[in-house]
Amino acid sequence: MAQLATHTDTQQHPIRLYLVVWGWLFILSLCSYLVDFFGLVGYLRWSLILIFMALKAGLIIAVFMHMAWERLALSYAILVPPLVLLVFVGIMVFESNYTLFTRLAFFVAGS
Amino acid sequence: MNEVAPDTLNPKIGRAPGWQGIVADWSSDQRAFENVSWGKAMMWIFLLSDTFIFGTFLISYMTGRMSTTVPWPNPSEVFALEIGGHHLPLILIAIMTFVLISSSGTMAMAVNFAYRRDRKKTAILMLLTAVLGAAFVGMQAFEWSKLIAEGVRPWGNPWGAEQFGSSFFMITGFHGTHVTIGVIFLIIVARKVWRGDFDDGRRGFFTSRRGHYEIVEITGLYWHFVDLVWVFIFALFYLW
Repeated sequence: MAQLATHTDTQQHPIRLYLVVWGWLFILSLCSYLVDFFGLVGYLRWSLILIFMALKAGLIIAVFMHMAWERLALSYAILVPPLVLLVFVGIMVFESNYTLFTRLAFFVAGS
Repeated sequence: MNEVAPDTLNPKIGRAPGWQGIVADWSSDQRAFENVSWGKAMMWIFLLSDTFIFGTFLISYMTGRMSTTVPWPNPSEVFALEIGGHHLPLILIAIMTFVLISSSGTMAMAVNFAYRRDRKKTAILMLLTAVLGAAFVGMQAFEWSKLIAEGVRPWGNPWGAEQFGSSFFMITGFHGTHVTIGVIFLIIVARKVWRGDFDDGRRGFFTSRRGHYEIVEITGLYWHFVDLVWVFIFALFYLW
């Protein structure tokens, strides 16, 4: 029974909480789909897609994966390394823009 | 005999809030994950490594797509279906997304009922999760067959940039493999829950510690991660 006691503080939430999050994930996915359905383009499309993506990911990690109730040391150990991936993304954006530029300059225009 | 979390044995090692807590956790030997079980910590570390694999896949896809001079096939049209005479762009992927999110919902509820020791509800919800996961894999198999029939290959496709096929098969294939493994994992654990292995301490994987339902939460972590990855694939591969 000791196990039950140690978990009561962190893992006992009303089922309603999960249903509400589930509902929000549905709504956000629907919004994502509608961005494509209505054929939005440009920065509006991109910002909406990324916002809905981030909100969905946040809800899943925080509530479904119980991150909101873990101790901070664990949360940071898990969340910081993926954030560093964004630096990698940035580097590769530069890299691929440069590759595209050289291809356009030497292969497409020159041919 | 009883397993008591260390912080109940020693109230001084409680959890301090905010930065003080982080500094206290990281600056003291063997305390960073004090009230996190080894099973949960190991699953998180595995998921972190998986994050990096999926991350590199998505980044290499981005690099390929941004650097090609050939137009990228329009995913909205590639994954469109004709249903009842209506042309619906991206509809299959939208349905797959809703199915996977629902499976995450049922899984989260299964974890909750596991901690309430409601064996029947936990097992049923886990099996429901497995069924939804299997439906997702089924739809993915349909999607793959359709694209292969239309001539998509890892080295080319009828609509544009050749990298489309390799990115598609690599990313969705790796994700589909994860879902499949998850379904098997769910069925195994659901069977143990249903049979009461965690209550009578039956010998076997994860069941030897009596009254320890944490494996349901660990299975849930894996399953939610699979859903989480799909959120990124949906946004970056299908909506871009």
